[in-house]
Amino acid sequence: MLLSIFIWVLALLTAGMFLARQWFPPAINEHARNFDSQFQLTLLLTGGIFLVAQAVLGFVILRARRRTKSEYSHGNNRLEVIWTAATAVLFLGAVFLSTRIFTSVHLGAPAPNALRVEALAKQFSWSFRYPGPDGKYAKLDVRQINDATGNPFGQDERDPAGKDDIVTAALRVPAGRPVEVMLRGRDVIHNFFVRELRLKQDVVPGMVIPLRFQADVPGTYEVACSELCGLGHHLMRTVLIVMPPDEFTAWERDALSQLQQAQGQ
Amino acid sequence: MLGRIFSTDHKVIGKQYYFLSLFSVMIGLLLSVFMRFHLIYPDKKVKLFELLWPTGAAGGIMTPELYLSIMTMHGTLMVFFVLTTVPQGGFGNFFLPIQIGAADMAFPRLNMLSFWTTLLALLVLLGAFFVPGGAPLGGWTAYPPLSAVGQIAGPGQGDGMDMWILSIALFSIASLLTSINFIATVMELRAPGMTLDRMPLTVWGWFTTAIISLLAFAVLLAAGLLLLLDRWGGTSFFLPAGLVINDRILKNSGGSPILWQHLFWFFGHPEVYIAILPGMGLISTILSVNSRRPVFGYKAMVGAMLVIAFLGFVVWGHHMFISGMSPYSSIAFSVLTMTVGVPSAIKTFNWLGTLWGGQLRLNVAMLFALGFVSLFVAGGITGIFLGQPAMDLYLHDTYFVVGHFHLIMGVAAVFAMFAGTYYWFPKMFGRMLNETIGKIHFYITFLGVYGIFIPMHVAGLAGNPRRYPDFKEFEFLSDLTRLHTFISHTSFTVAAVQLLFLFNLFWSLWRGARASQNPWDATTLEWSVPSPPPHDNFGGQPVAVAHGPYEYSVPGSEADFVMQAAPVKEPSA
Repeated sequence: MLLSIFIWVLALLTAGMFLARQWFPPAINEHARNFDSQFQLTLLLTGGIFLVAQAVLGFVILRARRRTKSEYSHGNNRLEVIWTAATAVLFLGAVFLSTRIFTSVHLGAPAPNALRVEALAKQFSWSFRYPGPDGKYAKLDVRQINDATGNPFGQDERDPAGKDDIVTAALRVPAGRPVEVMLRGRDVIHNFFVRELRLKQDVVPGMVIPLRFQADVPGTYEVACSELCGLGHHLMRTVLIVMPPDEFTAWERDALSQLQQAQGQ
Repeated sequence: MLGRIFSTDHKVIGKQYYFLSLFSVMIGLLLSVFMRFHLIYPDKKVKLFELLWPTGAAGGIMTPELYLSIMTMHGTLMVFFVLTTVPQGGFGNFFLPIQIGAADMAFPRLNMLSFWTTLLALLVLLGAFFVPGGAPLGGWTAYPPLSAVGQIAGPGQGDGMDMWILSIALFSIASLLTSINFIATVMELRAPGMTLDRMPLTVWGWFTTAIISLLAFAVLLAAGLLLLLDRWGGTSFFLPAGLVINDRILKNSGGSPILWQHLFWFFGHPEVYIAILPGMGLISTILSVNSRRPVFGYKAMVGAMLVIAFLGFVVWGHHMFISGMSPYSSIAFSVLTMTVGVPSAIKTFNWLGTLWGGQLRLNVAMLFALGFVSLFVAGGITGIFLGQPAMDLYLHDTYFVVGHFHLIMGVAAVFAMFAGTYYWFPKMFGRMLNETIGKIHFYITFLGVYGIFIPMHVAGLAGNPRRYPDFKEFEFLSDLTRLHTFISHTSFTVAAVQLLFLFNLFWSLWRGARASQNPWDATTLEWSVPSPPPHDNFGGQPVAVAHGPYEYSVPGSEADFVMQAAPVKEPSA
């Protein structure tokens, strides 16, 4: 009796906790909204199974306590087949429904008008570089890496393609335009995670991993490293700044002119 | 005296494993309490921390690197020296030979070697706390490059990391020896009449676990050796070109950090089943004994175990959906992952089927078994989220994952161990555990583990990354302070209540009521020998098995159960 009540109350409290508030931050693009609805669907499915299973468990305990004699039976093959088939359909159904959301992020060609940015993760900070008007990045050379002089990527100083490369500590993107971030790492594995985008991708040294998204709502969003990278893991923070398109253009123009001034001196 | 310590008797070895794990679990639990304390009071000075770690907690405040090394050691101790060790090394050793009617394991000396190797592995692991730089901070998964480049990646990644790898290698060797022994014993030493379909589900659990261990630990051992070679031999299995760590350019080239993840999780996912399969067998048994009803769908249960064991080897990629692995692989792995959920669901249905129509005896073993079923559902069902690559785009490496695997692999498995302890203690030590203390222990623990791990799930929904020593740097994490405070305080309570269990255990060892031969009216062979059993289990008497393992409430029989070793009744003319 006591145990049944415990099980039921715990099951209800668990459900209540999930529904207590909107735990996710607001979605800022279509992918995030798709993610949210797939999450809701899965929650409905699993929550239903969870509550029914706990209810039955509690009920069976209650019922069995009142019995004076057990039934002798070794099982029921028909039941086995039915519940095997039912769970297979539900579980596989869930994964098929969500595959499209995953592939929309990872497969397919980047949009032709996408803003191209490179990200570099290192213990324990982020850097980003924009190719500038020529659309080309400077070649990289590990020996020229120097965080103190603002060259975390190790851009080759002699490469003219790098003259207009903007290197920043925060990721600025225009709202409503596709973005393709190429993720690079230079020491250990890190992870680029923006909650509002519902996106997370490991940054693996030795690989350049594309991450495509479009952010529609201007604002500043925190980027949290989500793969253990050492003693400063919890401090590895930067922000994604989504700007109205004209503000972004103005920012890019200012950054370029500052770059030219610095090079002129 | 020495003969009793360096014993080849499987029962002595089983107890040795059990107490080795009891020691490990106390340290592991204490470390988790330290972590939960630090997470909510990161700036509080604690004398005890300074006493234990004069450099890592100078002035009583835990450094981030100390936190991470405590976390790494907590995970390693719990996964290897508790979850892998108690169900298989402890209970398996003690009861497998008796349950199949054998006098000992197939290779008793090898068995002894396994135990002492495991003990050595434990000492080497704990030694990592005392070497310069302290214990490693890279988590129990030890992802390279962090784990492969030495001290420059952080304190603890030097000598401490070497100790860790050595310990895991030793542990793997011990597990391989144990699994060979278990497989040979089941194949060769079954008593006459102990056909495969009369084997208790516990035996099936140990048998399938042994097969999984044999395949999985071999890969972990190999991976560990490759990692050591990268660290000391100048190889580049896991290290790509162009690494710049702490301003130093490394000369490696050609390796892949993702290769380690494939090797590690090829072991790591089956490891989950290593921890839970023996528990599944045991829970089936306890539910059957205490509802006085045969296990519902015995063959389906055996089939589900075998299918889980097989599928467990083809789902490792679901730990790597966001690792940079090919998206096509992710989709394949996700379909396979959902498939492995099906046999797990079958087991749950059959447990409910066993209870349905039964007449319950709610002793403490049964309470923990029922708690196991509840937790298994709660912890397993969230796998439906994590098995979808799309959901991992957000949930990977958040507290949602921490809550999920603690419920299913940690707490559910631990509940099976508690159930096993309350169920088998009389047989192992000849005395009963106190049921009243046991009930208090159960109810508070049951309530408490829900209170700890369900809130962790919702912290994950809010995006809370795991493996953070504090939450001060991020604005969005400051919203979750109350949640974490609640989790921490609940965990302190649950940890404290475990003292009741310890007290019950040690008090009952000497003062518990004497146990009869068969206190639970159970049918399997261990209950047809004295408590505790003599050295060769059956006193040299031949054992003949004539009945299935779960003959309860058999119509027409005098008692409400038929022992496996009971002679066949001649049909009366």
